[in-house]
Amino acid sequence: MAAEESVYSVCGMCSVRCPILVEKRNGEASWIMGNPHSPLKGGLCARGAAGIALERDTERPATPLIRVGERGEGKWREASWEEALDYVADRLKEITAMHGARSVLWSDRGGPFVDLHQAFMRGLGSPNYCNHDASCARNVQHAALSVLGMGRKLVAYDFRNAKHIILQTRNILEAINVAECNAVMDALDKGCKLSVIDIRSSVSASKASNFFMVRPGTDYAFNLAIIHELITKKLYQADYVAKYVDGFDALSAFVQPCTPEWAEKETGIPAERITAFAQELAESAPNVIWHPGWMVARYNDSFNVCRTAYIINALLGSVGVKGGLPLVNTPKDVGRKGLKKLVDLFPKPEEKRADGVGWKHPQFDAGPGLVNLAYDAIATGDPYPVKAYLCFRHDPLMAMPDPEALKRKWEALDLLVSVTFSWSDTAWHSDVVLPLSTYLSRESIIASKAGLKPQFFVRKRAMQPLLNTRADWEILCGLAARLSDVNPEMKKLAFTSIEDIWNYQLQDTGVSVADFAAKGFVELADAPLYREVEAYPTPSGKLEMISGKWSKANIDTLKPYTSPARPAPGEFRIAFGRVGVHTQGHTVNNPLLHEQMPENVAWMHTSRAEELGIADGDMVEVASAGKSAGRMKAFVTECIHPEALFMVHGFGHRLPVESRAIGRGVADHELMPGGLEVWDRSGGGLSLQEHFVTVRKA
Amino acid sequence: MSKYRLKLDKNRCIHCKACEVHCKSKNNTPLGIKLGVHTSSLPVMKDGVPFIKASYQCCYHCEEPACVDVCPTEAMKRRESDGIVYVVQEECIGCEACIEACPWHIPVFNAATNTVLKCDFCMDRVDKGLKPACVTACTTHALSFGEKQK
Ligand code: SF4
Ligand code: SF4
Ligand code: SF4
Repeated sequence: MAAEESVYSVCGMCSVRCPILVEKRNGEASWIMGNPHSPLKGGLCARGAAGIALERDTERPATPLIRVGERGEGKWREASWEEALDYVADRLKEITAMHGARSVLWSDRGGPFVDLHQAFMRGLGSPNYCNHDASCARNVQHAALSVLGMGRKLVAYDFRNAKHIILQTRNILEAINVAECNAVMDALDKGCKLSVIDIRSSVSASKASNFFMVRPGTDYAFNLAIIHELITKKLYQADYVAKYVDGFDALSAFVQPCTPEWAEKETGIPAERITAFAQELAESAPNVIWHPGWMVARYNDSFNVCRTAYIINALLGSVGVKGGLPLVNTPKDVGRKGLKKLVDLFPKPEEKRADGVGWKHPQFDAGPGLVNLAYDAIATGDPYPVKAYLCFRHDPLMAMPDPEALKRKWEALDLLVSVTFSWSDTAWHSDVVLPLSTYLSRESIIASKAGLKPQFFVRKRAMQPLLNTRADWEILCGLAARLSDVNPEMKKLAFTSIEDIWNYQLQDTGVSVADFAAKGFVELADAPLYREVEAYPTPSGKLEMISGKWSKANIDTLKPYTSPARPAPGEFRIAFGRVGVHTQGHTVNNPLLHEQMPENVAWMHTSRAEELGIADGDMVEVASAGKSAGRMKAFVTECIHPEALFMVHGFGHRLPVESRAIGRGVADHELMPGGLEVWDRSGGGLSLQEHFVTVRKA
Repeated sequence: MSKYRLKLDKNRCIHCKACEVHCKSKNNTPLGIKLGVHTSSLPVMKDGVPFIKASYQCCYHCEEPACVDVCPTEAMKRRESDGIVYVVQEECIGCEACIEACPWHIPVFNAATNTVLKCDFCMDRVDKGLKPACVTACTTHALSFGEKQK
């Protein structure tokens, strides 16, 4: 039967937010494809394809819930939306009356729609807006700030025009961004080279011409040796370096001892391969993209791994150029006005942040802070008590290490609210669950995307929710209305329709809501614009090999390399990663995606498996510090470094409300005891792969 | 075979399984049943780089389909215009003769309805000048669909 109509919208399964076209039948979504007008040209990954199964799945919070038992006990009473919003607003009023507005903490998963969340927190008067990024991209964000003086998203990856792409801590073909995958595949079709540096053979590695299986935790040594080669063999772009690079001499002196022979001992990669690789890079310069990484909450020196990636790009002259990492454009850069921000409805709170970012840690980006440090404030009351925590589409109990320790840190909270479209460990542990409509049945605020061609895009409701769920704007504007009696400022955010919000955002832009009808997005420039760089926004105006800002905070940005610990006999270093069909744990219970991959397996090297008497497919028990995290199947393979045990993140669910996910596989984050305290002091990211586990045949 | 051909470019395939999930979602196929099946081998090391083999199999839409010949109720049909082989659900009695007869056992039995299901190249889409769901939405456009060159 033919589709009746279709709606342009935005996917919400993972963090990428791909543009989609939703076909409808009888008023309901019937099939989803990638937006044909976008670079996706109809393509959409398996997670995106399974969106309708999520909407139809009844194993998700179906109506607002208020806890009646102990935290985490799973005893709830169902509430109407009116009652649930009244309840949360009343608790917030009590808590802020007693402890001040600053006692409220927020975290979400970042992304293009957070203006509304930030506005809500500002309206409340709290500086404590955070996102999940301490367990994801903080190290690379801070590396970008320290080298380029600007955030990681202010440079693009111009894959289609590149001659050599290097992936390190970025499994681009499995942690899928559909547009990026296509750009990379198009480049490879045209003869671009791909090199992959990883501890495991991923799908990305299977497309590579060079694959370097490094010893886990030695990426920094590998990069230092590449820098050594580029400098000592004079393979760098001298004119570019003279013009744009600050601290070249210090860098040259620093990498003097980091010879390929030295790196061979650390990484296990033969010196001559490193030398040859540096030569190859120089041949493609400046059309080289050494990807600085995305999910880099991995090692204690991940910040420096990311920094050296930017430094290699700088030496090869690829930062700020076509076919490398050109600067992106905001609406302003193409002579247009940006969206009017909802946060601008309110003045910035003067209070300092509970997580210490911006004052205790002056080098870090204050935007989304470091949520793990805000948890410390909950536990200790230092610098002030944090008593209410609103968690939006974020599951810290699965995203952060050591959930039991995290629950203890949260004990001092008077209110824990989850706004969520799926069950999660955090929702289960909350005081109130506010069920969020899936991305198919909610609208979002208009978002702005900087790029070579900047654009605005919008998520439209493709169907009405099948369960008693609400959109984020309905929830937050509903709370704002209820808080207005004690906080009259909040009235400004008490919008009653999404059109009113859209019109507010679009004022002054010259774009109207109707302009989104044709394609779902509005481009603000006709052609990609490659902007000439005059100066970088660093203290020196150049790409900084030693960061002035970090030096001021007493952090060494040319940090001497420390060899990572080798696992004790019988132990493995834990490693985790992604797979194309799942994302972030919340898809494991999706019927269609569960059918694709119901459980994770433990990748271990053939030699180690033999040692332990484990055969491929055997059930094994994985434990850390003597505590088992459960049983899973072994995948015995040559395709992983012998020191590492790899598993896909997001499995090992324990909630009885998720019939498909429960009891399947192992949760890697449960294998990281004490992990909340193990983080990279230079970059702010958690060090999730600095943990060791044991495996035995079950 | 039919007028059409569905092909996988193995170099472009990233083993993401979107083709399978799109097929299932678009055709509302019950759990446990797949009309289009993507197979990826486990990775093995070859010349220092991991190697993964891929294939995509749906129905071949044979020129002289054994499944059509054997069907007692003529529920399995071949469309003259373009050679698409399809099942009319209302006429299928679930005898599974077509599954036996097909050299690759392509049709699948759906216990919930006691009928057989099978890939029809998304003929509702083809009739509108579109490509099958698996092809249109393949993440990296590794799948292609078109008229065969004679
Ligand atoms: S969707 Fe395309 S890229 Fe993904 S597995 Fe199927 S054929 Fe391969
Ligand atoms: S089901 Fe089998 S016999 Fe029938 S058309 Fe398809 S491939 Fe040929
Ligand atoms: S052509 Fe249609 S029915 Fe056949 S495998 Fe592709 S999506 Fe499925």
